[in-house]
Amino acid sequence: MRLWIARQRYLIDFTLASLARRKTKNIGLVLVFALLVFALASVTLLTSALRQEAARVLAQSPEVLLQRMVAGRHDLIPPGYIERIGRIRGVQQVEGRLWGYYYDAVVKANYTFQVAADDPPPAGRIVVGPGLARFRGVQAGNVLSFRSYSGKLFTFTVDAVLPAESELVSADLVLLNEADFRAFFDYPAGHFTDIALSVANPQEVRTVATKLAAALPDSRPILRDEVLRTYQSIFDWREGIALALLSAAILAFAILAWDKASGLSAEEKREIGILKAIGWETGDVIRMKLWEGMLVSLGAFLLGYLAAYVHVFHFSAALFAPVLKGWAVLYPSFTLVPAIDGLQVAPLLFFTVFPYAVAVLVPIWRAAITDPDAVMRG
Amino acid sequence: MRSGLRPSSLAASLIGLLIILFLASFADAGRLARQRAGEQATRGELAAKLRLTDLALFTEARYTRHLSLADLHSAAQDHPLSLEHFPSGSLMPPPAHLRNHAPLDRQTTLPD
Repeated sequence: MRLWIARQRYLIDFTLASLARRKTKNIGLVLVFALLVFALASVTLLTSALRQEAARVLAQSPEVLLQRMVAGRHDLIPPGYIERIGRIRGVQQVEGRLWGYYYDAVVKANYTFQVAADDPPPAGRIVVGPGLARFRGVQAGNVLSFRSYSGKLFTFTVDAVLPAESELVSADLVLLNEADFRAFFDYPAGHFTDIALSVANPQEVRTVATKLAAALPDSRPILRDEVLRTYQSIFDWREGIALALLSAAILAFAILAWDKASGLSAEEKREIGILKAIGWETGDVIRMKLWEGMLVSLGAFLLGYLAAYVHVFHFSAALFAPVLKGWAVLYPSFTLVPAIDGLQVAPLLFFTVFPYAVAVLVPIWRAAITDPDAVMRG
Repeated sequence: MRSGLRPSSLAASLIGLLIILFLASFADAGRLARQRAGEQATRGELAAKLRLTDLALFTEARYTRHLSLADLHSAAQDHPLSLEHFPSGSLMPPPAHLRNHAPLDRQTTLPD
């Protein structure tokens, strides 16, 4: 065993000395390789953390949401709907939601105005999301003015700012009471934006949704299950798009790595010829090259993965923020809860380390089994 | 043989260090998950209290802000032939319940 270890150490010494002779080229290769792993791992870690975040947080969203459709578009819920829904068996709680969008022309940002059903702020006061507060530079006690869609100017006092840790769901929220909301948007009395329902027996959610659709044919029930599936598919889709965009880079790297690993330079061929001529066995040559492939690809994988981990969970994936932000002015600042499992890391490890190590081996094996004299003569 | 650190020892230390950091990243992930579980619970409580349905990740357009509540024609909702032009929209599929072509509840004829 000691002999085997000593032998491998000499092989590694020789490999590293050989790599050091082409220092710039090999360091460049490791860095490009690490950068590629970094990009792939960042996308995987970010999307899986966001997916898990959406699943955990939105598991508490309403079981069924009912929208009314007019000419294929979302419309207000007229008076009487809530009473009719309350009569459907299985429905435990019905609540009309009031919310809407407001475009703030001053800072060119979109806000979500919503009535806080539980514990609403007093008249003339609002509770704002942490993103909005940061962006407008306001805190509790400050005054904010909004020009409503009817042209009237409304002035509200900021009662409180929602906790910073809730920013991922509340960045753009403006919470106010029902009277202020109706006055601000000129909302017709007795109308609601949509209806949130809870169902007594979770097994009956679909049955209740079917009954709702039958009783109110112009309505569209959206189940919590569908909301969760929407978010799962969005992050799958985003991950897919990002990987598709990265595939050009992956392909370019594959060509570079293949060229580097599979095409032996004349110098490398001569080196193998000399090694064989001085008594190295074919197995030793192959082992030496295997170490080279392992050191380069494993080193690059570990560097790239660690950088991606720090990027996503300690710097909130700052490099990807512009992609997620799009044209939005308000973008939440958030920290993600890490959700890493072996099934994410293992394929990444396998598909980066293994192909490179194999690509290194094939030409070496071919050169190592030929006659040293022929190899040296090229 | 020259005195000093052999290249193989240097490489082993470097790779060993990276492997330790790699394993430490899992421990750190566990630590962060415990530390940030409270923050996540706050978000969940707020979602339950305000009956929130969406993450405030994409605030650029109304159908990207509340994409689980988006219209059937959200891409062309401003006017006919209004093609999707928001960056989020181009990176986002339609909500799951719209991709079935008919709402899920209407496919259910028998109770579950």
